[in-house]
Amino acid sequence: MPFGNTHNQLKMNYTAEQEFPDLSQHNNHMAKVLTLEMYANLRDKQTPSGFTVDDVIQTGVDNPGHPFIMTVGCVAGDEETYEVFKDLLDPVIEDRHGGYKPTDKHKTDLNPDNLQGGDDLDPNYVLSSRVRTGRSIRGFCLPPHCSRGERRAIEGLSVEALGALDGDLKGKYYALKDMTEEEQQQLIDDHFLFDKPVSPLLLASGMARDWPDARGIWHNDNKTFLVWVNEEDHLRVISMQKGGNMKEVFNRFCTGLTKIEELFKEKGHEFMWNEHLGYVLTCPSNLGTGLRGGVHVKLPNLSKHEKFGEILKRLRLQKRGTGGVDTAAVGGVFDISNADRLGFSEVELVQMVVDGVKLLVEMEKHLEAGQSIDDLMPEQK
Amino acid sequence: MLCCTEESKSFALVPGSYCTSEDKTNFGGLKVSGEEGDQTLLCWEKGRYPQHSPASSSNPSVSPSVCPFFKSTFIWRVLVCFYRVKMASSFARVLSSKRKVGILSLVGAGSLTVGFFLNKEQRVNAGAHVRRIYPPSAEYPDLRKHNNCMASHLTPAVYAKLCDKTTPNGYTLDLAIQTGVDNPGHPFIKTVGMVAGDEESYEVFADIFNPVIKERHNGYDPCNMKHPTDLDSSKIRGGQFDEKYVLSSRVRTGRSIRGLSLPPACTRAERREVERVVIDALAGLKGDLTGKYYSLTLMTEQEQQQLIDDHFLFDKPVSPLLTCAGMARDWPDARGIWHNNEKTFLVWVNEEDHTRVISMEKGGNMRRVFERFCKGLQEVERLIQEKGWEFMWNERLGYILTCPSNLGTGLRAGVHVTLPRLSKDPRFPKILDNLRLQKRGTGGVDTAAVGNTFDISNLDRLGQSEVQLVQTVIDGVNYLIECEKKLERGQDIKIPAPISQFK
Repeated sequence: MPFGNTHNQLKMNYTAEQEFPDLSQHNNHMAKVLTLEMYANLRDKQTPSGFTVDDVIQTGVDNPGHPFIMTVGCVAGDEETYEVFKDLLDPVIEDRHGGYKPTDKHKTDLNPDNLQGGDDLDPNYVLSSRVRTGRSIRGFCLPPHCSRGERRAIEGLSVEALGALDGDLKGKYYALKDMTEEEQQQLIDDHFLFDKPVSPLLLASGMARDWPDARGIWHNDNKTFLVWVNEEDHLRVISMQKGGNMKEVFNRFCTGLTKIEELFKEKGHEFMWNEHLGYVLTCPSNLGTGLRGGVHVKLPNLSKHEKFGEILKRLRLQKRGTGGVDTAAVGGVFDISNADRLGFSEVELVQMVVDGVKLLVEMEKHLEAGQSIDDLMPEQK
Repeated sequence: MLCCTEESKSFALVPGSYCTSEDKTNFGGLKVSGEEGDQTLLCWEKGRYPQHSPASSSNPSVSPSVCPFFKSTFIWRVLVCFYRVKMASSFARVLSSKRKVGILSLVGAGSLTVGFFLNKEQRVNAGAHVRRIYPPSAEYPDLRKHNNCMASHLTPAVYAKLCDKTTPNGYTLDLAIQTGVDNPGHPFIKTVGMVAGDEESYEVFADIFNPVIKERHNGYDPCNMKHPTDLDSSKIRGGQFDEKYVLSSRVRTGRSIRGLSLPPACTRAERREVERVVIDALAGLKGDLTGKYYSLTLMTEQEQQQLIDDHFLFDKPVSPLLTCAGMARDWPDARGIWHNNEKTFLVWVNEEDHTRVISMEKGGNMRRVFERFCKGLQEVERLIQEKGWEFMWNERLGYILTCPSNLGTGLRAGVHVTLPRLSKDPRFPKILDNLRLQKRGTGGVDTAAVGNTFDISNLDRLGQSEVQLVQTVIDGVNYLIECEKKLERGQDIKIPAPISQFK
C-alpha cells in the first residue's frame, strides 16, 4: 500500500535483517512462507508501477491472525505482482488453494448450459441463491495501490460499459459520494449498499483510501444483477434472487459477465486473466474463478449433527452466517457456498454447490423425519 | 558518482537563503532554483549517519551566481555535472564526520527525481521515481465535503505544483495529505488534515504546510517569524497551586531524532533505530530519573497490568486520523514505554512521534513538574548528542514533530482542576479564551469532563517558548482558582483582558 516508505528504496539503506518484520506471533499464509532469505531476495524488486514486497505483506504484518480462518496476509497491487513476487506468492497460493502448483493450468468455463440441474432446489429450505465474482481491468493498478486518478478512470470505464447493458440487464449506477438520502435508504433496504471497509485486514492494505471517491453500486432494474465498483476489487459482480433457482442465477451471471467483457473489449480494455491464475484479483484467495456461489438454506437439524463439518468438507463446501464472512448463523439459516476458487472452473464450482446443497436438504429432511443419514454420507470430492 | 538522466534539468547554483549553523539550528540548507523556476532543495542534515568514524568536517564550497545565458549552454551542463561529482566526493568526506554528517539530495522538478550514489556510502536515494500517468487535475482529491486545515488551503494550483515532488526520503504530497482526504472532518475541532513524513516535508511542501501552520497556530507565519526555545525552568514564577482545587499537574512534549523518518513514513528498520537510540540514551539517566524500558512486544503480563494500573500504557491507535496516516503500521514492533522508578517521568517510543516525553505528579506542584521536564529533556538531549545524534529543530518551526499542530514547543502543560462553580458560569469559555487556555475532559482530547474536574492546558504551541507557555498556564490556572474562590464567597468575577499571543 502506498503509505510511508514501503514502496521506495529508502529501506535499502538498511540490511534485510534490520527490515525483516517480526512474525513470531503471526499465523497467516504469508507469515508461514516468508523467510529472511526470501525477503532479502525480493525487497529491492518492484513491479513496473512501483509495488514492492513490503507493500504486498503490510496487511499480513499488521494483522497477525484471525480467530476463525487462516488469512492470506498479502495482497497484489497490480497484475505483475503475481509475477515479480512469485517466490512468495506461489507457495502462498499453493497453501491456500489446496496444493495448486506453479505449473498448473486453470480452466475457465462460463457456459451456463454446462450446468446440470440447479433449477429445482427446494424453496422451502433454500431461501435465496447467489453467485459472485470479481474482475480487474488490465493495465490499471489494484485497490491497494491505485491513485485517485486511476480509480476514477476505472469507475468511468465501468460506468460506461454497464450503461450499455440492455434487456433484463438494463440498470443504473449510484456513485457513493453523490447518492441522495432516499437512494441510500433504498439500497440499504435491498441489502445492496456496501460500506467503507472496517476490517483491519482491508484497511491495512490501503484499499479504503480516499473513500468514497470513485466508489459506487450499479444494479439492474430487476435488482437481480449487481456490480460493486472499486470496493475490494475493481469490480465485484453479483447475480442473486430469492428462492432456489440457482440455474437461472448462474445463467444471468454468465450472460452478464460475458456481455460486460465484450463491452470493455469494444473500448480496447480487457480483464486481467492468464491461464495459470485465471482471473487476477487483489487477494490471492480470489484467484482463478474468484467465484463464490452459494445459498441461504435452513438446516436447523443438520447443523447440529456431529458430522456436519465433515459432510461439508467432503462436498467441498463451506458455511458462513447469513451476514457473510465473519458472521454467525441466525435461526438455523446458513450461507453454504463453494470452498474452492482456483483449479476448478466456474461451472464445476456451481455444480458442486447445486449437487451439494441438494444432498444437504435431503439430509435435513431425513433428520426431520427422524431417520438416519448414515447411508447418505458423500464421498470426498 | 552522480547519475544525470536525460530528463534532468540543469540547475543554477545560487546562494539562496543559506541558514547558518548555530547550536540549535542544525539544518543547513541551500535553496536552488531550477531553470523553469521550480524550487529544488539541496540540504544536508547533521547527525544523519553518525556511526561512521570521525573525520574532518568541512563545508563544501558554494559556487557564485552564474550568468543566465551561460546556463543554457552545453558547457554549463557539463560543468554542473562535474561540479556535482566534485561536491559528491567532498560530501563523502563530510558524511564520514561524526557530527556534521550530510547527504546531498536533489529533488527533481517535473516527474523525476535525479538519483545518485555517493561513492563511499552507497546511499540510495529513496525518491527514485514518482509514477504519474494522470495529470494533477485527475488526481486532485475531492474536498468539497471536507473541513480540515489541509482542505482549506490545498487548491488545485498548489496540488499541481507539489504533487510531483518528493523529499530525499521519498515522501510525497499524496502521502502527507492522505489522512485529511480520508477524514473529512471532526465533530468538535477542525483537524489539521496532514502530516509530515520527515523533517524535509516541511520544506519541500512548504507551499501547503505554511498556510496550514498559520491557520492552526493562530496566525504564526513561518515565513517571517522565529520561534523561541527556552527550557530554563528557573525563570518560572510561582507554580505551586492550591491543592484543594488542583488534583494533578502534567507537562508533555515530543521530540524527533534527526535523520530518521517520522512515524507515518518510517521503515521498520528506521523505527527500530529510533527505539535503539532513545532507549540507549534513557539508560544513561541517573538519580531521580533512573528508570526502565518496557517494550510492547516483550513485556510480561504483570508488567502490562502494572502499566495499565498506572495509566501509562498506550494502545495501538484506533483513531482513523492516525491510522490513515500509516502511523500504526507494523504494530507493536519497536514501540515501548520508559518511565523512571518514581513514575514521574515517562517517555513513549514510536507512538505518534519518535518520542513523547511526559512529566507528571499528583497535586499542584507544577513548578517541580516543569523542572523535572526540562532537566530530563536536556539530559536526554545531551546523551543522544554524545552518540552523534540530535533532535529535529529549526528556528522557523522549533521542534519538528509529525503533526503540524505540535510544532514549536510541542508542549501541552496542564492540570486536572475542580471548578464546580466557575464551570457553570456562562463566562467560563470566554475567560479561558482570554487566558489562552483550553479545557478538555479528564480522559484527554475528545473526552467529556467528569464531575466538575477539567483538564486545563495551554492553547498555543508555536510562537512562544516553553517557559512562556508554562507561565501562562500557571498564571491562568491561578486566576481560575481565584474566580472559583470568589464565587464560593458570593463575590462576582471579572473576565480578564485577553493576553497577547506572540510575545
